[in-house]
Amino acid sequence: MKKSALSDEILLSIQQPARYIGGEVNACRKDKEKVDIRFAMCFPDVYEIGMSHLGIQILYDMFNSREDIWCERVYAPWTDLDKIMREQKIPLFALESQDPVKDFDFLGITIQYEMCYTNILQILDLSQIPLEASGRTKEHPFVIGGGPCAYNPEPLAEFFDLFYIGEGETQYFRLMDLYKEWKKSGASRETFLKQAAAIEGIYVPSLYDVSYHTDGTIASMTPICPEAPKKVKKQAVSNMTDTFYPEKPVVPFIRATQDRVVLEIQRGCIRGCRFCQAGMLYRPLRERSLPVLKEYARKMLANTGYDEISLSSLSSSDYPKLKELVYFLIDECGSKGVNISLPSLRIDTFSLDVMSKVQDIKKSSLTFAPEAGSQRLRDVINKGLTEEDILTGAGQAFEGGWNRVKLYFMLGLPTETEEDRKDIARLAEKIAEKYYEIPKDKRTGKCQIVVSTSFFVPKPFTPFQWARMCTQEEFLDRAYVVNHEIKEQLNRKSIKYNWHEADVTVLEGILARGDRKVGAVIKKAYEKGCLFDSWSENFRNDLWMEAFEACGIDMDFYTTRERAMDEKFPWDFIEIGVSRAFLEREWKRALEEKVTPNCRQGCSGCGASVYQGGVCHEHTRQVP
Amino acid sequence: MNIRVKFRKYGTLKFIGHLDVMRYFQKAIRRAGLDICYSEGFSPHMIMSFASPLGVGLTSDGEYMDIRVNTSPSSGEALARLNETMAEGMEVLSWKQLPADSKNAMSVVAAADYELRFRPGYRPEEGWQEKFRKFLSLDQILVDKKTKKGQKTLDIRPWIYQWETNGDGIFLQVSAGSVHNLKPELLMQAFGLWSGLEIPPSSFLVHRKEIYADQGTDGRHRFVPLEAAGEDIE
Repeated sequence: MKKSALSDEILLSIQQPARYIGGEVNACRKDKEKVDIRFAMCFPDVYEIGMSHLGIQILYDMFNSREDIWCERVYAPWTDLDKIMREQKIPLFALESQDPVKDFDFLGITIQYEMCYTNILQILDLSQIPLEASGRTKEHPFVIGGGPCAYNPEPLAEFFDLFYIGEGETQYFRLMDLYKEWKKSGASRETFLKQAAAIEGIYVPSLYDVSYHTDGTIASMTPICPEAPKKVKKQAVSNMTDTFYPEKPVVPFIRATQDRVVLEIQRGCIRGCRFCQAGMLYRPLRERSLPVLKEYARKMLANTGYDEISLSSLSSSDYPKLKELVYFLIDECGSKGVNISLPSLRIDTFSLDVMSKVQDIKKSSLTFAPEAGSQRLRDVINKGLTEEDILTGAGQAFEGGWNRVKLYFMLGLPTETEEDRKDIARLAEKIAEKYYEIPKDKRTGKCQIVVSTSFFVPKPFTPFQWARMCTQEEFLDRAYVVNHEIKEQLNRKSIKYNWHEADVTVLEGILARGDRKVGAVIKKAYEKGCLFDSWSENFRNDLWMEAFEACGIDMDFYTTRERAMDEKFPWDFIEIGVSRAFLEREWKRALEEKVTPNCRQGCSGCGASVYQGGVCHEHTRQVP
Repeated sequence: MNIRVKFRKYGTLKFIGHLDVMRYFQKAIRRAGLDICYSEGFSPHMIMSFASPLGVGLTSDGEYMDIRVNTSPSSGEALARLNETMAEGMEVLSWKQLPADSKNAMSVVAAADYELRFRPGYRPEEGWQEKFRKFLSLDQILVDKKTKKGQKTLDIRPWIYQWETNGDGIFLQVSAGSVHNLKPELLMQAFGLWSGLEIPPSSFLVHRKEIYADQGTDGRHRFVPLEAAGEDIE
């Protein structure tokens, strides 16, 4: 019978013991004696969050398709179990075999957001692996990081042996083959790392020296051996149809955040919103073919038994055969009690028709993400959504029977003025007025408009990577302006406003654009007890502030400081296809309030066409 | 047609709570491609109900759910298809068609068998069996039970139908269902208090063996397993 790393007594004393037992439907069991490589794949957050992540499911399926590799899953033990494991010195274990992670060959950690950094240290610590890569020996697994935050790996540089820059489907097998050879050879850990650094897309932080100017900015970053390349190239799948995708994803026993079949219809985005990191990192846009998606949908539903399927992409409306796919799903799923969820859809006649078929209008709401209140500022951020689009879409929806609208905005965007902020309230008001234009006998009660704002964090590899970030006080003042202005509106009773605390945003900003010096602060914060920082009930800003103080690190250097156009950024050694020259052009165009066309309207020469696939090689025309 | 499904739950799946077991079976039925009926309305759900929720930490050889299907393969095939897709820790044991007029499982539950076994190292001191015998020979066993309105003192002795001790544990047949549902943990708590023995809830494992309906008349019990109400489909 299946073993368990934790005793019954422990499992009965903690919340959601099912997080830790493994054995889910479609989980992969292998004989550990018959594999050459044991790979622990970790999402450094609680099980329900980690199990919702598509990337790990793809890589899990890919690794386990090889007979010589057994890939298992690891998630962050929640605070209750964390305490017990420390007290009783129980090593962190992988779900499938329940074996200690420290006995594995690799520990892969996906780094999806900055506020999980202390959880990465928790994973290493509970696994009884030295936090710093320099302290590890041949007895320890190689710790490899990936995911969007690996595009600025520098704050985490000392904790990882390697980083994989880009999409995992392309180079992992090469790395695994290299590892097998190295294991047989009996050579040193350093030898493997040097050989790995020669694989395109692999970054080994210990093989680079960084020097700084007296003002704290980077003077140079130099490889210390010939195997380490000066520039690390992002890896991207060129043909999305002919690659790995899990037909049998693991089905959790307990409800995960994303508790449904997820069908990734395309990767990348043509839109080029200037604040959006994903929009740049995942360029070029690459689609999966319709017949393949149909087949995946059928198989995945049959193999999981899920009652819901969701389309995943950064902007589903840009998928050329969306109509065909959605009507296929409605036909296929409707009779079987399977729901369809369609996030990131532009509101238009088609999407309203589809939504009325797949959702209960009375219970659902429409979502718009104008991101900025005024047209001027929307031009600055290159968000190609006009007020007319929003009002027309909302009007059609209200006539179709909807009466709830959600609006998402950002505060603290470059060039943002008081008027731009007030325009958020005014836009909400215009939408409310649109609703009340409908004759009273055709309306279904009041309308409800929920305005939510988040605070803007400048991210690496976006045109806004040079931007100054607001202070906590500036952010909150901006939220108060919006709140006050909403209260001035005629239909204020139909408008609800949500905003968050700003302290965690400031921290996210520091970690996002941080350099190697920030690593010490992360470690100090972790030692002081910071953990699960993305969970507001656990977030301890006071401890983080103490950690900055103790390490003598100036927060403003990373946030409010104005960056020179020619400043060397910590992440400049990575090439994502999109060139720094393009980002620079886009930053200047933003300040000039100039819109840049999307990839299908015309190519702006961002550089992503080097990947030989996707939208760059559709028939496009050059912008004159 | 209505089907009564019997299943067992063992191993680490005892940590999966009742609601998750329900969701688990909804998915399992879809994976097995069985022709279950859905309710009407905008968000249709499977017609499915469970006899008696099993607490987290308990294992069982006798769990039941009733489902309604449009069509059914033979019992043998239905079981094979479901077991093909089970996670380790769940096994479907029988698939019986119920007569058209039969009541649902939940409403007929009258009694259940439990096996309690002390965990290694947690067995109470010598002579506990004798104390248990004396305890069960009391005319009344009063326990305080928390209810929605506060505390209530109940006599649970009439709800214990059969019992037997053995080397490491206790067999119990007790009242179950919507009228008087006696949880073995409550009985053991009362025994601990009465005897002065140290018996924390974590010191023993609880395993449900079977769930019964009562077909007795004139106030006399005649317990029959829930699956006896249905027939195999050939």
